[in-house]
Amino acid sequence: MSLAEPAALPVAASAPPRLHLAKRFSTRFKASLPAYLLLLPSLVFLALFTYGAVGRVFIDALYQRATPKAPVRFVGLDNISAVLADPAFTGAVVNNLIYAVGTAIPSIGLALLFALALSRTNALTSALRAALFLPVLIPMVAASALFLFIFLPNVGLLDYYIGRFLPVLPNWLGDSDIALYAIMVITIWKNAGYYMLFFLAGLQSVPEDVMEAAHLDGAGPFTRFRHIILPELKPTFLFVTVIAILNAVTQVDHVFVMTKGGPSNATNLVLFYIYQQAVEHYDIGKASAATLLTLAALMALTALSFRTMANREGGA
Amino acid sequence: MTLIDRLFKDTPLATRREITPKLGFVLTVLLALVWLIPFLWMGVATLRPASDGINLMAELMPSLKPTLDNIRDAWEIGDFPRYFLNTTIICTGILLVQFVTITLAGFAFARLDFAGKSLIFYLFLMQLMLVPVLLIVPNLRIVAQFGLYDTLAGVMMPFFASAFGTFLMRQAFEAIPTELEDAALIDGASLSQRIRHIYVPLSLPSFSAFAIISVTSHWNDFLWPLMVINSPDKRPLTVGLSVFTATAEGTQAWGTIAAGTLMVIAPLLITFLIFQKRFISSFVTSGIK
Repeated sequence: MSLAEPAALPVAASAPPRLHLAKRFSTRFKASLPAYLLLLPSLVFLALFTYGAVGRVFIDALYQRATPKAPVRFVGLDNISAVLADPAFTGAVVNNLIYAVGTAIPSIGLALLFALALSRTNALTSALRAALFLPVLIPMVAASALFLFIFLPNVGLLDYYIGRFLPVLPNWLGDSDIALYAIMVITIWKNAGYYMLFFLAGLQSVPEDVMEAAHLDGAGPFTRFRHIILPELKPTFLFVTVIAILNAVTQVDHVFVMTKGGPSNATNLVLFYIYQQAVEHYDIGKASAATLLTLAALMALTALSFRTMANREGGA
Repeated sequence: MTLIDRLFKDTPLATRREITPKLGFVLTVLLALVWLIPFLWMGVATLRPASDGINLMAELMPSLKPTLDNIRDAWEIGDFPRYFLNTTIICTGILLVQFVTITLAGFAFARLDFAGKSLIFYLFLMQLMLVPVLLIVPNLRIVAQFGLYDTLAGVMMPFFASAFGTFLMRQAFEAIPTELEDAALIDGASLSQRIRHIYVPLSLPSFSAFAIISVTSHWNDFLWPLMVINSPDKRPLTVGLSVFTATAEGTQAWGTIAAGTLMVIAPLLITFLIFQKRFISSFVTSGIK
């Protein structure tokens, strides 16, 4: 902090104690000027694409066109109520909730198993960690292209190896009762290795001597897990849960590639609904209203996540 | 069991005879093998000749007569060199601008005192809370207003400022001893000289961590470029691959799809296998991108 622009220091030091308020403000501003110049490039883009975008959503959500060519007119909260009354939207919200729970719990559970099993470092565990981490790196679109074949009816990988043991071959992506779960499998496959990293980092803070002492007192592996490891990992759990929920809302590339939200909206998720309204129906008003509702829900969640991260001290 | 015993020989003596950790380990090994199956199929199917027919497409045993036909077909049908170029331009462009913005802003937060510091800090923090992916609709309107619809610059622009990168650099700069800068100050070094010759060279590990996160996330980005780009010759890899997959799926050309997917993910996978440790530690710091 001693390195504010040196030229500014004497000015501040020689200033009389009861300076006029405006003058004091301008002195402070002058001293801050170099910092503002350094922040300017970032602030310009944040203003445009973060705050500007949020402002844009608020405004666009209030307007609507009667026909695609008609001029926009003010409709107040009509877009919001239209979105809330749209069964496709409420369906997407329900799907997204099922999808969030159904992907977060298995992928976090698996991540914890992987981390516990691979917490010691040797050549084999490093190789296994790398294998489990590979899906994290590849684009969701590429993962979808591979899983399109895995789920392909009759000749696909799943039916070729497992389907022959089932009485009836399910149409994994074509059956509206199964498709959402098929989509979840990809997400779990892709994200478990990512969450594993956080648990591996968290496990480092579990003291080895406490573990050994617990064992000498007769604590078995489950007792040690329940009473030493789990309490130590609590902040990691909260943090990873927030990330998993955020991913459940923001990752929809596989929906686009594999099902386009079908069959009969069974795999439609909120962000894909927003995309459809904007790009396929040219309905900016409804797309903005849906964005606004989702943002509000996520803001609450991320506010929670920052409290979590503050507890972790510099998680991100 | 002797193999497992050898793997567990560095565990504390007291816990070495327990069964549960070993069962967990075996389960993890099995799951890791399952996790690799899609990649294995991709490799095997890429090399499988078309003469094997659709019914053998799922077979994980490699064909005895491997062929490069699928790779050639994917290369010719898919215009992949163009997609590669576009993705490279997008990732490099974003990263270069980000390096400038996050260095300057990170330095301001780390070393300068100014009016409204905490307010501006929260303005940056907002970007992390607002999850940029969700703002695709308004951002598309803004990009279009700038006349950047259907341009690579339009794809890049929303990512030029990065709160995550700024905080990362702030952390790195704060760790640098002020004595170094004081010495340079006495020698008459200007602000930009001090940033360029002291702060940046000493923070290269943080820059590389940020570069890994930034490049992988924009290499893999799909929905946003899909919305901004209209012309086929401006598509990045992900959008190109989705179009390619949709076309090849119609003709059941699964070997070609596998080859195309392989080409798209190979650069990232190879880089990862070389710099494995760096990737893993960067991803741990990434948390929220």
